[in-house]
Amino acid sequence: MPLMWNILAARLHQKNRTLKYPDGPAPELPERFAGAPEIETGKCGENCDACLRQCPTGAILREINTGELRIDLGLCLFCRACERACPSGAIHFTHEYRLAAARREDLITGPGREFPAEARQALAEKLFKRSLKLRFVSAGGCNACEADCNVLSTVAWDMGRFGIQFVPSPRHADGILVTGPVPENMRLALLKTYEAIPSPKIVIATGACAISGGLYHSHPETHNGAADLVPVDLWIPGCPPHPLTILDGLLRFLGRIS
Amino acid sequence: MTTECLLVRNARAFPFAACPVVEMPAFRETVIENVRLGARLNALFAMFQPENDTLLLLAVMAHDADGSLRILATRPGERYQALTPACSQAHWFEREIFETWGILPESHPWLKPIRFLPSRAQDVPSAEIGRANFFRMDGEEIHEVAVGPVHAGVIEPGHFRFQCHGETVYHLEISLGYQHRGIERALAAGITPRTLHYAETAAGDTTISHTTTCCQAWETLAGTQVSARAEAIRAIAAELERIANHIGDLGALAGDVGFLPTQNYCGRIRGDVLNCTALICGNRFGRGLLTPGGVQWDLDTALAQNLRARLAEIEADAVSAIELMFNTSSVLARLEGTGVLTAATARDIGLVGVAARACGLSRDIRRDFPYGIYRFHHLPVCTWSTGDCFARAYVRWLETRQSFRFIREQLDALPEGPISSSVGPLRPDSMAISLTEGWRGEICHVTRTDANANLTVPKIVDPSFHNWFGLACALRNQAISDFPLCNKSFNLSYCGHDL
Ligand code: SF4
Repeated sequence: MPLMWNILAARLHQKNRTLKYPDGPAPELPERFAGAPEIETGKCGENCDACLRQCPTGAILREINTGELRIDLGLCLFCRACERACPSGAIHFTHEYRLAAARREDLITGPGREFPAEARQALAEKLFKRSLKLRFVSAGGCNACEADCNVLSTVAWDMGRFGIQFVPSPRHADGILVTGPVPENMRLALLKTYEAIPSPKIVIATGACAISGGLYHSHPETHNGAADLVPVDLWIPGCPPHPLTILDGLLRFLGRIS
Repeated sequence: MTTECLLVRNARAFPFAACPVVEMPAFRETVIENVRLGARLNALFAMFQPENDTLLLLAVMAHDADGSLRILATRPGERYQALTPACSQAHWFEREIFETWGILPESHPWLKPIRFLPSRAQDVPSAEIGRANFFRMDGEEIHEVAVGPVHAGVIEPGHFRFQCHGETVYHLEISLGYQHRGIERALAAGITPRTLHYAETAAGDTTISHTTTCCQAWETLAGTQVSARAEAIRAIAAELERIANHIGDLGALAGDVGFLPTQNYCGRIRGDVLNCTALICGNRFGRGLLTPGGVQWDLDTALAQNLRARLAEIEADAVSAIELMFNTSSVLARLEGTGVLTAATARDIGLVGVAARACGLSRDIRRDFPYGIYRFHHLPVCTWSTGDCFARAYVRWLETRQSFRFIREQLDALPEGPISSSVGPLRPDSMAISLTEGWRGEICHVTRTDANANLTVPKIVDPSFHNWFGLACALRNQAISDFPLCNKSFNLSYCGHDL
């Protein structure tokens, strides 16, 4: 039985690596990780628009009345171009990874808006708290969001611990998780997948592309994300979102953590 | 009636006017003759010239043996005699040209859309996605299986049609385009703050290599000298990208043959490698690491030591997980002899990267057209001759080991110096061909400047563009149940193809 021994030896070597999170601490994020931004409008120079000019997606807005700077995390690529462009250090990206929200408008930073925003949804909690089966639809996703969703099914993250699983058929699913800006060429496939899922059902938009089109915002070839075609219940920002951001979003959505 | 091409080097700017523009028959024969003599067609594409409102057709050909690139141009008019019947490598490119610009390659044997994009030619109606004149077999007991666009797993969309007799696949037709986001159209329109991000997400699992390709072209057009330190950091990131994807693929292959230990371990190990990239730049896919002129983040001594220690552990884990698979006869029995491509077919259709090396073709841009730090530090090219799923798996493993060694050496001897140099004004009326070896294979970006030195990227070619047809060929006479395995053994990019 040499094969058996080989397998056992490998098993011993690989050890048990499933994360302790959420019962234990969250896995450590890299020092250079970009989470939620912190903006100090007070530091802005007069008529300065350095950040606005550098932003690739137009995610930065300046309130006309108050002059307040806001960043729409639903459009933001977390590329830090604004942070680098700012001559007075008014923009700073923190390690706050809890970015998901149940309402689209909660993704826009601003005075009085703290992260994490509310991601819990009463209906989802009631119906799917202990079992959420998702059909994955990549609609123009570049394979980064796909990879960081896939990783949640590996032994390290083991999303199955919470009854959350990607399933092969829409008929077996409680909802869809969409990535990508939704190219016109995927419109029909997305709609048909949505229709094929029994009601009540939920939709999760993962990544800047699926939320708003992201980098592909206003491309005539795409639909600026999923929301124009299907009703979105949970928004998970990032380009791509860190797996921890995705898992945290799912768990808060289902009311499994607060 | 062949003619002289312009000889250029990888990532070296040249005056655009130096590119010979010849009559179509001479162009056609020259390209065919070059390919007959062993050249690869890196790109064949049409480019709009706003200066005189015409379309130019350009061919970029690589002679691996002497590291030279040849380019030639012509004015194709509305129709021309297709190259494909005499040069299979042109097959996919000519379909793309027809679909995008409405230029008809006459007597092309298989003229169907590849992306179903909105046509840029007014008189050519756009095709509806997924509707094409698919090849069909007739006969008793023949059946057709259609799969996708949405697939069972967490992967990108594409459509596959199999013509089967019983379990046996006689023909597979691959119909893509679902991922079309308009990247080439946007890149051809000129630089904006989005440009680099298009390169980063052209194929999001190949961020570093696509962005390196993009930056190299930009830098040579600006005459910028990138520091050795920045080049080393780029190469470390590129090899991390290779390791992460290769290990992920090996795990997925193990999963497709039902060997769960390796599948489970590799899924996790891949994440550990992505975390190493995140240590360098904060993002697991290397977003934001590169910038024209160098890199945005330095790798100081402490970080280098940290990476070195982590990679030693990761490599030990990978050895344990992957050698287990290659030492298990039931796994080998499923991989060996499945999805075979001969070297001759691979050469004919112009395969690149892992898929080509697994057929015994020794081609690797890092050696044949060296760029960046690869000009001074070499990696052996890993090949295997059997052309089957085993070869595509094993070449990945051989390369993974080489990449670990390479990164270790780089970390031990990082050159001193700045991490980025300033990028000056661009030379007007110039062009550059930039090639790199991504983890799937050769990436090609063609970049040019106009009279006012405005930069545009008229063409980018992801390795998947060359290789999808290889998957179709590999499926002939295979059991349909082996499709997932064969597909994974190529693991091509849908979005990199559809752009
Ligand atoms: S980090 Fe976000 S807001 Fe800042 S420039 Fe990049 S995309 Fe725009």
